[in-house]
Amino acid sequence: MTNIEKYNEAFIESFGVTEEQLPDLAYQEIPEWDSVGHMQLIAALEDAFDIMFDTDDIIDFSSYEKGKEFMAKYEVEL
Amino acid sequence: MAFWNTLERFGERTALITETGEHITYSALLARADEIAGAAGSRCLAFLMCRNCADAAAGYVGFLRRGIVPVLLAENLDTSMLEGLLESYRPAYFYLPNEKAPDLPGVTAWRGESYTLLHLPYEQDYKLPEELALLLTTSGSTGSPKLVRQSGRNIEANTRSIAEYLGILSEDRAITTLPMQYTYGLSILQSHLSVGAAVILTDKTLMDKEFWALLKEQKATTFGGVPYIYEMLKKLRFDRMNLPSLRYLTQAGGKLPKELAEEFIQTCKRKNMKFIVMYGQTEATARMAYLPWEHAESHAASIGIAIPGGEFWLADPEGAPILEPETTGELVYRGPNVTLGYAENRFDLCKPDENHGELRTGDMAKRDAKGFYYIVGRKKRFLKLFGSRVNLDEVEGLLNRAGIPCACAGVDDRLDVYITDGSLLGQAERFIKEHTAINPNGFQLHVIEEIPRNDSGKVLYSALGARP
Repeated sequence: MTNIEKYNEAFIESFGVTEEQLPDLAYQEIPEWDSVGHMQLIAALEDAFDIMFDTDDIIDFSSYEKGKEFMAKYEVEL
Repeated sequence: MAFWNTLERFGERTALITETGEHITYSALLARADEIAGAAGSRCLAFLMCRNCADAAAGYVGFLRRGIVPVLLAENLDTSMLEGLLESYRPAYFYLPNEKAPDLPGVTAWRGESYTLLHLPYEQDYKLPEELALLLTTSGSTGSPKLVRQSGRNIEANTRSIAEYLGILSEDRAITTLPMQYTYGLSILQSHLSVGAAVILTDKTLMDKEFWALLKEQKATTFGGVPYIYEMLKKLRFDRMNLPSLRYLTQAGGKLPKELAEEFIQTCKRKNMKFIVMYGQTEATARMAYLPWEHAESHAASIGIAIPGGEFWLADPEGAPILEPETTGELVYRGPNVTLGYAENRFDLCKPDENHGELRTGDMAKRDAKGFYYIVGRKKRFLKLFGSRVNLDEVEGLLNRAGIPCACAGVDDRLDVYITDGSLLGQAERFIKEHTAINPNGFQLHVIEEIPRNDSGKVLYSALGARP
């Protein structure tokens, strides 16, 4: 799987959304992406890329698009 | 005298702090509270759709002061569930966010910056007994019409007791982490207002940077959390955060796993904060027990001792008191905060006190030689999903009636739904997501060959399989 595929998969698995829904996806915009869902997403991304997010990045990770910026910080090229 | 009637004495002290940093004094809060309740007139039933905002809090306080009985409801209540509740209870008023008001029939009696008070057209063909003060849901996520009847005396007694054992000071500032319709969230609001302290109101969660910014800017001294909030705090590396304003944290709403409890006890010790584990139920207003900080380290798995004014005993299977330590029985509580009973519709509201100050908690517990209690298990068929109570039999009923035969079990924070027809998997998931308010992250569906039953046809829940 490519990195972008792994990234997308984390969202699809955690929230049960389709790939088409990804670009506009943001925290608290769908029932699944509440604080509990957020924890699950973070865990899924950490597992997929074998990284550990900083607290600041966890609480700032507010959308699918914004999240991509953070991945670069963890040396993951999407 | 009931605390909500003596809030005037706190005058210019800050009562509420909003997300935008606005400080609302007690006099301003009461002016608004009395204006809202005044628009509703005399004693009646009012639904209150909750948010952690000033208008909602003012409405609640106003209703209590005026003797209007609020039914506190979650915002995410499904339309058909809400319609069911409206039909069963026929409240005279509905106090709700402005943008939700157009969805309901009624005349606007008051409108504020965020909330509207709607006068509903129902015929008032039922009575409210004098002692009834508040109604809270028992299993909001399944739209159950079963409400807990709380008296003014219950609220006053429990609030005073909580403020006492927690040592809440008028300088304290609690930041909300829980919704207002949840008895734990409500108790934080009430206990702080009762001593002239302040409450920072927000619907932001621990996963929002705005929550932490607000906590720091407004120098919050405390917040509470159900077990999953502590899981989140651990993930966010709370131990590494620099939050000098925090004085104490509380935990209730389910059993915190022992290792997590021990971890937070140590972290809080290091940060010069208290960590108070507590235990309660809506049926006991809010709280029944707490673990005094000085005993936290040595009794990390305990719920502690009864709150001031309350007492516990353990009942054996015949109902007789258990006198020996280390023997499990049903935990029974006695105190002025034991509520009046339940209601399923508006005619039940005038039922008398059915509990007479004693509550069978439905939890199995034991007591150690020093008199500290430990919860061992649950007798009743419900779970706590991220703090919210979910009645397992009700979920089964809903799915069965929707044509999806199932059996429900699970543990706190994970509801397991077992179905036998694999082709119904998608339908079952959609049903739970669309027709209940069960957190979509809190359940898992499993397809099994057949639902295990005993000879009399009763489901054998224990045979449904251990967690994978």
